[in-house]
Amino acid sequence: MTQPSTPAPGPQSGPLTGLRVVELCDEAGELAGKLLGDMGADVIKVEPPEGARTRGYEPFLGDEPHPERSLYFWHYNTSKRSVTLDLETDEGREAFRRLVANADVLVEDQPPGRLAALGLDYADLRAANPQLIHAAITSFGRDDPRSLEPFTDLTILAGGGPVWSCGYDDHSLPPVRGGGGQGFQTGCHWALISILTALLHRDGGGEGQFIDVSMHAASNVTTEAASYQWLVANNTVQRQTGRHAAPSPSIPTQREAADGRWINTGLFPRYPDQFTTVIEWLREVDLLDAFEEAPLLEVAAGREGMLNIGRIGEDGEEAALLAAGREAMNLLAARLPAYEFFEGAQQRGFQVGIIYAPEEVIADPHFVARGFPTEIEHPELDRSFTYPGAPWRFGASPWAISRRPPLLGGHTEELLAELGLAPAGAD
Amino acid sequence: MARALANYRICDFTGQLAGAGATRHLAAFGAEVIRIEDPVNEGRWDILRGQPPYPDERRGINLGGAFNNHNTEKLGITLNLRTERGKELLRDLVRISDAVTENFSAGVMERLGFGYEQLRELKPDIVYVSNSGFGGSGPYRDYKTWGPIVQAISGLTWTSKLRDQPPAGWGYSYMDHTGAYYMAIGLLAALHHRNVTGEGQWVDMACTEAGATLTGPATLDYTVNGRPTRRDGLPDSNHSEWPPMAPHAIYPAAGEDNWIAIACRNEDDWRALAAVVAEPWTDDPRFASLEARREHEDALDALLAAWTGAREAFETAARLRDAGVPAAAVARPEDRIDHDPSTAAWGLWPEITQTEMGRVRVDGVPVHLSETDWRLERGAPCLGEHNEYVFGELLGLDSSEVEQLHEDGVI
Repeated sequence: MTQPSTPAPGPQSGPLTGLRVVELCDEAGELAGKLLGDMGADVIKVEPPEGARTRGYEPFLGDEPHPERSLYFWHYNTSKRSVTLDLETDEGREAFRRLVANADVLVEDQPPGRLAALGLDYADLRAANPQLIHAAITSFGRDDPRSLEPFTDLTILAGGGPVWSCGYDDHSLPPVRGGGGQGFQTGCHWALISILTALLHRDGGGEGQFIDVSMHAASNVTTEAASYQWLVANNTVQRQTGRHAAPSPSIPTQREAADGRWINTGLFPRYPDQFTTVIEWLREVDLLDAFEEAPLLEVAAGREGMLNIGRIGEDGEEAALLAAGREAMNLLAARLPAYEFFEGAQQRGFQVGIIYAPEEVIADPHFVARGFPTEIEHPELDRSFTYPGAPWRFGASPWAISRRPPLLGGHTEELLAELGLAPAGAD
Repeated sequence: MARALANYRICDFTGQLAGAGATRHLAAFGAEVIRIEDPVNEGRWDILRGQPPYPDERRGINLGGAFNNHNTEKLGITLNLRTERGKELLRDLVRISDAVTENFSAGVMERLGFGYEQLRELKPDIVYVSNSGFGGSGPYRDYKTWGPIVQAISGLTWTSKLRDQPPAGWGYSYMDHTGAYYMAIGLLAALHHRNVTGEGQWVDMACTEAGATLTGPATLDYTVNGRPTRRDGLPDSNHSEWPPMAPHAIYPAAGEDNWIAIACRNEDDWRALAAVVAEPWTDDPRFASLEARREHEDALDALLAAWTGAREAFETAARLRDAGVPAAAVARPEDRIDHDPSTAAWGLWPEITQTEMGRVRVDGVPVHLSETDWRLERGAPCLGEHNEYVFGELLGLDSSEVEQLHEDGVI
């Protein structure tokens, strides 16, 4: 669906309608502003006169580098207005103070010490606005000396735990940093949870407050079993291709399908009726005769209850039956194109997944049917583009991209006028 | 310290990490989260209940380490929804709750008689948050998922790999964590909307959709420029395409399965790295600019790996950071839990008390709020541990009535 462009000042849809947010972020924090804006908040992105750093990030529209053509910037800056302020000048700082005095939330990812040096930290801002919620996203937390050290998404994920668990069965290959900037994004997810928590406190009559978000801590508690296996039992998980890192090895679940794409075979058959289903499926696609262990599938289909993985060690037949089920699924996966296997297995009740590339997700019929691909007009280019859509369906207050990513300083004049300030150089 | 969410009560059907992880955050900030569990199968609709890891030799439905981790600070009651009396009690509980949360397969709550339409009849401003693999509508509505399947479908498995290798994926349920984060965000935002407008609503969250928003620039490169990620042996996620950096990878360090991540963001970083390495190859014209280093990335990586491979990971990373270069040893769980001054100073691994397990460490919360910070002290509820409180104090039954519910198999 095409999202209508909304007149100033704020969006009229979304659960955060009426909330005003000032964002002072580059790549580490700007997802937080997008999430708030797409839920209806009026998000004002403060950029230096030359523009946010991420305007220089690839990929570019038509591969032409330009501050208004970065697709990286586009994705993370929907539903925001842009004001350019030079915080190194008195005028810029005064405008920033006024902006924040009229805002509910300040979210920023500046190095510790920078805002204090400018006289713009929470201690300076709260007097004029005791209701202010100020969320600071830093690498290790505001008070940790390591927050002054250099970092990237890669080093956050390597030092914070996720990388240890990701990679291949072959440990001569390095562990893998998952793509997409998830170290930064995880910090932003926690900024959202804490900002909204502070907002509910305010809804109940409380005042504003300061929130310290640590990306390192956020990655540390986003590692599932790696952490609780150590915390509870002092077990160290080991990485495995395409499946959970674990204290001891598990059975591979990733297969290449007939068309060269990959699938995750998920949970293998364990119940008698699942074995019956597999036999029928093999027959339908003319693979039953080629499958030497078909008689074992028949035995499993005739069992009384679920086959017990826990008994594999002590019961040879149990192991053989489960192995036959796995091999049958692996054969189907190898002989069918990936999508056909995925659809066929899911429609038969098996929890399997097709390993999609991002370009395939956005075109998938289910995602299209739910309206996930979202058309956004870019009037300055006289074109519209398809963006990733809603993480949530709010029944009464719909999620929406209310504005295309802003042109650099595109709202400076209107915002300064709203604050009763003249644009720089106008006097 | 004040509790931000002390006035909120959540009627909670969530399980595993994708659901239970969401309401955990509300409980940490003081919300009264009441887990509803089935007395007949001992709460096993959450498959983690009673499962490993265990802190000692004891085994049992109340002793599972993962369940304890995901359900700290919650209350737990048993309720048999096959019985009419059980449904009646649930209706009473919904009437005094702010939200109902669940992560069953789509449609299960409707079949139980507690879909959104029925819930709002009981409490018109109720917030109902469902978290499923594919959401409450669409052709895959009834397809089943868990973390690795969600990651496969949403593009996250594919975008985690080395060049010319199969996908490595995420070695855990990243989308159970992150699905829980989105579920918590949706729930908190809907509660705020209710506070402002008086209006409740159904928040339909699909984990695969949340996941599909997490590789945005790659999606736009395709929809805008027509350039797919499935090309030329890509993706190659230890390297950095956006923004381009080189060197940028994970290199071997001395010892068994030890690794170090190094990223040079710009020419300053590269010169600083070269000064620390201090070997002649750093002056090679093949590495004189970012473009050149990207072009000769394989050779650069091999030379740098030879240098790192002879050195201890943590010490080398610290040396590089001191010189201004982003670097980190790949931390094992024990490194970051037991030997990391930053996580210790943060209080990131609080020790809670669970009624049967005793003292156990759990994941903490990676934010600190100046006025209403989180607190994790009480472990996950034992099965039916808070029946007395919920049926007695909240719903007003006397102890003989509660006893009768036990005898009748209702709780």
